[in-house]
Amino acid sequence: MSGAMAIKLADFQANARAALKDPKLRDSFTGAMDFLIDRRASQFPDLEAFERLRKVGEAVRQQALSKLPELLEQLENKLTSLGVQVHWAETAADANRIFLDLARRHDASLMVKGKSMVSEEIELNHEMAAQGIECVETDMGEYILQLDGDRPSHIIMPAIHKTKQDVAEIFHEHIKGAPLTDDVNELIAIGRRALRDKFSAARIGVSGVNFMVAETGSLVLVENEGNGRLCTSVPDVHIAITGIEKVIEKLEHVAPLFALLTRSATGQAITTYLNVITGPRRAGEKDGPREMHLILLDNGRTQAYREERFRATLQCIRCGACMNHCPVYTRVGGLSYGTTYPGPIGAIISPHLQNLKETRHLPTASSLCGACGEVCPVGIPIPDMLMRLREAGRHSVAQSATPPQQALRGQGEVRQLAEALAWKAWRLLYSHPALYRLLVWFAARLNWLTPPWQGGWTQARAPLKPASKSLRDLLAERQRKQN
Amino acid sequence: MSPTPASTPASAARDGKRNVYFFATCVIDMFAPEAGFDAIDVLERSGVQVHFPVRQTCCGQPAYTTGFPEEAAKVAAAQLDLFPEPWPIVVPSGSCGGMLKHHWPKLFANDPVKLAKAEAISARTIEFTDYLLNVADLKLDSASRRPLRVALHTACSARREMGTLECGRELLSRLPGVELVEHAHESECCGFGGTFSVKHPEISAAMTSDKLDAIRATDCDAMVSADCGCLLSLNLMLKKRRDLMRGQHIASLIRERLDGGEAQ
Repeated sequence: MSGAMAIKLADFQANARAALKDPKLRDSFTGAMDFLIDRRASQFPDLEAFERLRKVGEAVRQQALSKLPELLEQLENKLTSLGVQVHWAETAADANRIFLDLARRHDASLMVKGKSMVSEEIELNHEMAAQGIECVETDMGEYILQLDGDRPSHIIMPAIHKTKQDVAEIFHEHIKGAPLTDDVNELIAIGRRALRDKFSAARIGVSGVNFMVAETGSLVLVENEGNGRLCTSVPDVHIAITGIEKVIEKLEHVAPLFALLTRSATGQAITTYLNVITGPRRAGEKDGPREMHLILLDNGRTQAYREERFRATLQCIRCGACMNHCPVYTRVGGLSYGTTYPGPIGAIISPHLQNLKETRHLPTASSLCGACGEVCPVGIPIPDMLMRLREAGRHSVAQSATPPQQALRGQGEVRQLAEALAWKAWRLLYSHPALYRLLVWFAARLNWLTPPWQGGWTQARAPLKPASKSLRDLLAERQRKQN
Repeated sequence: MSPTPASTPASAARDGKRNVYFFATCVIDMFAPEAGFDAIDVLERSGVQVHFPVRQTCCGQPAYTTGFPEEAAKVAAAQLDLFPEPWPIVVPSGSCGGMLKHHWPKLFANDPVKLAKAEAISARTIEFTDYLLNVADLKLDSASRRPLRVALHTACSARREMGTLECGRELLSRLPGVELVEHAHESECCGFGGTFSVKHPEISAAMTSDKLDAIRATDCDAMVSADCGCLLSLNLMLKKRRDLMRGQHIASLIRERLDGGEAQ
């Protein structure tokens, strides 16, 4: 197992505690998230209009998922007829093997890559480096992180946890001849110059995909920096990689999803670039890759697809609005999650990509405030998903009142006897009114026995202490007075 | 012994009075009884006959949200027959009300008899401020005119699940002398989140702490909420901080203002 993977599995709770003690991190996240929240709100001034558009987006995604196998088949046929080679990868290792084969076939020692969370998921950079192939990030945020050996903390703004001073030092240290400056425009210019050479030297360009259109075989790529267009048009070979869930049925379905994506993600009505790539360079054309590949990654997605009550997880269009609005994410930052996808969407997708046990702290790291579900542009009921994952982790298939068709990976493995027994005891008291009344009666009269130390609760709060008279005591007293 | 008000349902109906059931919530019963007492009092002042089924316990939310829906279902099942008359069921908490209204039916998806009962309860469940404002239409003109700057914390489930954000605001705006002061990040969660506050105490505390700082920064005279779960978390942190302010249920503020008003 690679070093990077070890970071991935680190303990969320320890990471979160450390992050909470870092005032710089908290300030920068709060500031950045507030900025994004305001930008998004300015793009959806009319809540009813947002609801209407969201309904369309939700319907498009639900419909596509409802016929996922058919659409993927249609997509593969269409792509093949366009001259695009389609590869299916069940696991991250499968996907990396395909990359490696292609790189070897083209004798490529350098790849340039546009921003792609799926490539993070398979640890592409790391895996290629292990084989002597340099895979360079060309999204400015990702490039900064790659130079620094760091990981993205946000799916849209990967380097949001870095200050401009951090970037100044990283560039000065890692880019030959870069002066130490924290002027943002100058820093961007330094980064761009360094990347230009890579674009022209690389034989392979790698990209992610935002939407795959089954009807036309088009791969749609949304970006702001133009690096995505360079990656997919300058090198001889373009390899796109994405998850199997990204397929949509018709080209016209791109419009509502694009409108929702850019507004929700960065608060932009439109991005600087919208690439619709339909096949490699055709005869007579002057640019574009001569060879094109699409790698379709499963990596646990079929588990979410298979179970009706988890399927909505796959509706996600990766806008990041849920994390921007999440009070937990805002405080602990993206790196604390230790997963490719942080925040609320990470908490509901990671258990499928990894397993319930490894990711056990993620579904519980939510107050279920509902902010994520409220802003989700495709109507994913994220709080419901979190609760279902909590349930699945604590119940084997046999124990579950809502058993899945097949056990989820890690199903029931989060169950702890003490917790299960505590809820049984709770149920016993609260489902028998006489016992409950006795409990309340004693709690009120023995409230002086309240322990001063109550686990995590009393770290920052005074002990929870029953009132000396319960509501039913007060009502009984009042009735005695009235009679 | 029955703390149900003296009049029987039949006599109340004869008087032409409106009847409601009061589902107090276990948090109020055990930890914040004055909130429930004041809510009942305020409802009665609006001319409503309040019935308190003594066999009520908890809405089941703690187990439900922690991943033990089967235990929550058993607790809910024991209470399905407590509300036989077709009266509204008033709940002085957005999150417990949300549990009855939106989640009880889900607990019994595979049991048609219980499902029908849960759905009937769901249809009649109404959050306290919603009832007070939109059904009881309590007149507040005669309440105290003493100036008071009030910060309102709206629970997430009240805001997003029950849609009662505006009810609290509107009730405060109808109280003479009361000025609602907005705090920064008002729509953000207070960090309580039930078992979340135990499973992730540091994150929960950071959220609660930020919420209190934001409310304290307004220089308000009082803090109210319509949810005692949030208030427990906020108040006990205030206590730990040795801050003398305490949040109160909006029902308690309304009762105080009515008691201090011209009518008295």
